[in-house]
Amino acid sequence: MATLQPTPPQPLVRIAELNHWFGRGDQRRQVLHNLHLTLNPGEMVLLSGPSGCGKTTLLTLIGALRTVQDGSLEVLGEQLLKARKSVQRRVRRQMGIIFQSHNLLRCLTATQNVQMAADLVPGLSFDQRRQHAIDLLSEIGLEDHHGKHPSALSGGQCQRVAIARALAGNPKVLLADEPTAALDRRTGREVVELLKRMATQHHCAVLMVTHDPRILDVADRLLQMEDGRLSTAQELAPL
Amino acid sequence: MRFVWRRRIPLAWCLLTRQPGRLVVALAGICFAGMLMFLQLGFRDALFDASITIYRLFNADVVVVSSTSSSSVSMEPFPQRRLFQAASWPEVESIAPVRWSLLVWKNPETGSPRAIQAVGFDPNDDILNLKSLTEQKKGLQLDQRVLYDRLSRPEFGPVEDWFNAGRTVTAEVQNTQVWVEGLVELGVSFGADGHLLTSNHTFNQLVGSSDGSSTSIELGLIRLVPGADPDAVAAALNKALPDDVQVLTKQEFLDSEQDYWREATSIGFIFNLGAAMGLVVGAVVVYQILFSDVVDHLPEYATLKAMGYSSMDLVMVILQESLLLAGFGYIPAFLAGKGIYGLARGATNLPIVMSSQMAIFVFVMIFVMCIISGLLAMGKIRDADPAEVF
Ligand SMILES: Nc1ncnc2c1ncn2[C@@H]1O[C@H](COP(=O)(O)OP(=O)(O)OP(=O)(O)O)[C@@H](O)[C@H]1O
Ligand SMILES: [Mg+2]
Repeated sequence: MATLQPTPPQPLVRIAELNHWFGRGDQRRQVLHNLHLTLNPGEMVLLSGPSGCGKTTLLTLIGALRTVQDGSLEVLGEQLLKARKSVQRRVRRQMGIIFQSHNLLRCLTATQNVQMAADLVPGLSFDQRRQHAIDLLSEIGLEDHHGKHPSALSGGQCQRVAIARALAGNPKVLLADEPTAALDRRTGREVVELLKRMATQHHCAVLMVTHDPRILDVADRLLQMEDGRLSTAQELAPL
Repeated sequence: MRFVWRRRIPLAWCLLTRQPGRLVVALAGICFAGMLMFLQLGFRDALFDASITIYRLFNADVVVVSSTSSSSVSMEPFPQRRLFQAASWPEVESIAPVRWSLLVWKNPETGSPRAIQAVGFDPNDDILNLKSLTEQKKGLQLDQRVLYDRLSRPEFGPVEDWFNAGRTVTAEVQNTQVWVEGLVELGVSFGADGHLLTSNHTFNQLVGSSDGSSTSIELGLIRLVPGADPDAVAAALNKALPDDVQVLTKQEFLDSEQDYWREATSIGFIFNLGAAMGLVVGAVVVYQILFSDVVDHLPEYATLKAMGYSSMDLVMVILQESLLLAGFGYIPAFLAGKGIYGLARGATNLPIVMSSQMAIFVFVMIFVMCIISGLLAMGKIRDADPAEVF
């Protein structure tokens, strides 16, 4: 499936001098200040920081879900500053996103939910995409729950389906925003470990926002954000 | 950009069927709208159609009527001379004078009076292309004999039953006794609850001419020689004959009758309004369903956008939903419409049928209704902001 990146590795995400503002006129407030960041293939990077410091904003910018206002933001070789809608969509398709709540489609089964992402992959037949979805669900240990709707699954199971869905489009980058926030401690730990395992198997870099200090040990690199400014966590305060 | 169809998850179907209760409400709304349209438009068409049932049967190429006649219910007499004048035209093959008036018929069972459309003509003429008339008109050569339209409203009495049971049926028309000599099949219309065919001699006697003669008639039917152009002859006759008559081709005659009911009365408007009401009610229901569906699923739609689905993809889902609703709502509406038509036919004798035109028209209307509702509901899709789902 995924091919190994040629050496030297091209960064998947390259951010330079990124600024972002919310609001207009008097209300205008800068939430991201002169950010620099690179994300390399296969890396697992954790981003933490106090509430309201701008973590989600950064994630939505990288995910091409929000329009970049100022600075350079290159994702998978595409410049997102002044990017067109079609470029945004292309970037979105090559990225897996996991939300705080699982955001599964309530009307679809687990398999169908995963296949919604696989359906965006060009070239495969319907049955191949379905099989891909089933394989992913088996990989995350939900082989007995293929035909179940989200309402029949536990929170942890739903979040696992969401991980499978995020991986179904064969992404090179996974973005996760507090994927464990809605789960109890043990399930949260399991889900993060699963995320890590799956990301490694699928050669996928991960940028994950988390408040949970218990899971910081899975990271290759820790980033700390404060008031819209980034620093590496080690420099600030070792946890 | 996808140019080839790719099999995908049937999202629209899954969204619709997730809440069966809501789906049933939507389908009921569409079904109601369709039924109302079938009912209103069916009656409208049937009534307009029925208004010319007998006109259509007239065995004529050109028709002469009084210039003050505007419809079958306001047929004025004109001098029979005019028709004889026309007969001298070289293109005219034959003429047939016809008397036409509402007369009072007393129900032979209860004695209650009611106006019936009476048509008087020379039994030697073939004024209607109606087999039952051709076969039975000889019987009209005797005085006070009539042929009765068996599709007349039941208020005129159990004439058909009695006649078929072999009884001698007599009734009072304009206080004169007449014998029912046979049955024909014509059908009711706006202007006529029933029909009575008789000889012009009897007709004249019924309206007060003791010797059964009259110099005026209400209708002059003209047959042309083969190959003659009715438009040209009608135009020429119109020019040559005095202003007290107007000469129409048969088609003009049919059209003017239908136009009268369509335009000079508010009947068409009322039925169209009824149909439009159905459409509006249906559209509101479908819009409500689709709108609440979109609002309900807004975070999910936003998630789909975040995954890389375009707004267009989502718009297509809503459109598919509206098409599915249209399709599944139409089926019960069609069946109900057919049922209603059957009942209406039995109760009114109107020629109300499920024509393929009607079936297609109502389907198109439901289709358009659902699409419009879908388009309105779609505006909400823009609110699905993928940046807000985190
Ligand atoms: N759509 C918006 N409009 C205006 N201000 C916003 C909007 N979204 C976020 N903000 C503001 O931007 C700042 C950063 O928000 P963001 O959601 O990125 O924080 P966060 O680090 O993810 O916080 P949390 O840990 O609570 O999720 C906050 O002060 C927030 O109030
Ligand atoms: Mg956040």
